[in-house]
Amino acid sequence: MIEQIVFYLFAGMLIFSASMVVVMRNPIHAALFLILSFFASSAIWLLLQAEFLAITLVLVYVGAVMVLFLFVVMMLNINKVTVEEGFARHLPLGITVAVLMVVAMGLVVGSDYFLSERYTAVQQLDPNYSNAKELGLAIYTEYLYQFEIAGAILLVAIIAAITLGMSKLKITKAINPNQQVYVKKEDRLRIIKMQAEPKDKNGESDL
Amino acid sequence: MITLPEVLSLAALLFCISVAGIFLNRKNVLILLMCVELMLLSVNMNFIAFSHFLGDIHGQVFVFFILTVAAAESAIGLAILVVLFRKKNTINIDDLGSMKG
Repeated sequence: MIEQIVFYLFAGMLIFSASMVVVMRNPIHAALFLILSFFASSAIWLLLQAEFLAITLVLVYVGAVMVLFLFVVMMLNINKVTVEEGFARHLPLGITVAVLMVVAMGLVVGSDYFLSERYTAVQQLDPNYSNAKELGLAIYTEYLYQFEIAGAILLVAIIAAITLGMSKLKITKAINPNQQVYVKKEDRLRIIKMQAEPKDKNGESDL
Repeated sequence: MITLPEVLSLAALLFCISVAGIFLNRKNVLILLMCVELMLLSVNMNFIAFSHFLGDIHGQVFVFFILTVAAAESAIGLAILVVLFRKKNTINIDDLGSMKG
């Protein structure tokens, strides 16, 4: 019973903050409500006994991704570029699509199939059960290659983000081929007229 | 005791809210990115719900990978957004049609 109360509390918080993300005009407020929705869903994941992922959600999302979002929001200074128009115009379409999707998904999710024996017989975990250990066992054995690919994806993301970010910075020494082709002899070579140098007595030049 | 349909309907509701958000905030790329994050969150919640109710850890492994890819996606998306704002001084989607033929 207490489990259900906690679930509905955090579910309500999640739905509320998600709708505030959508409705808010100011991107900073939207980002802060997004953080709240991440916290609420992390609590729900804890209820579903996914402790490691719940903590990961808080650490990775709230700690890194949302800080990145807030950083970008504050750097771009969009308050000047207020995006006002369009909200009321798209409201009927958005509401219609959302209601249609809710009805469609509700028909699927609300069926009795998900209440059958297969989905309700949750086995009780023993007190020494470690979610992180189980997850690590699965990731480092069965999903090892996928785990390495995930690392490669993160590396690519780092390189891409840095490259995009320092587009102004000119640190490469590469030659521009276009300019290189158009170089003429006169640009590089200087021919000067001068007197012939007299030879020394020994017959050697000054040079 | 939570049942599976409760969690699934919560995730479905979250997904629909974020789809509506994509329709409503078609001007602001930043809020579009936030809505995409919310959609990924709702999908993750489905995975975790099934993982819990079927007693199978593999759903959580998928969530782990989705989190990785989503973090990479938002990092690159925000970097592109910063470059875009530097060049065009706007993040309004209607002004970003320069690749249109």
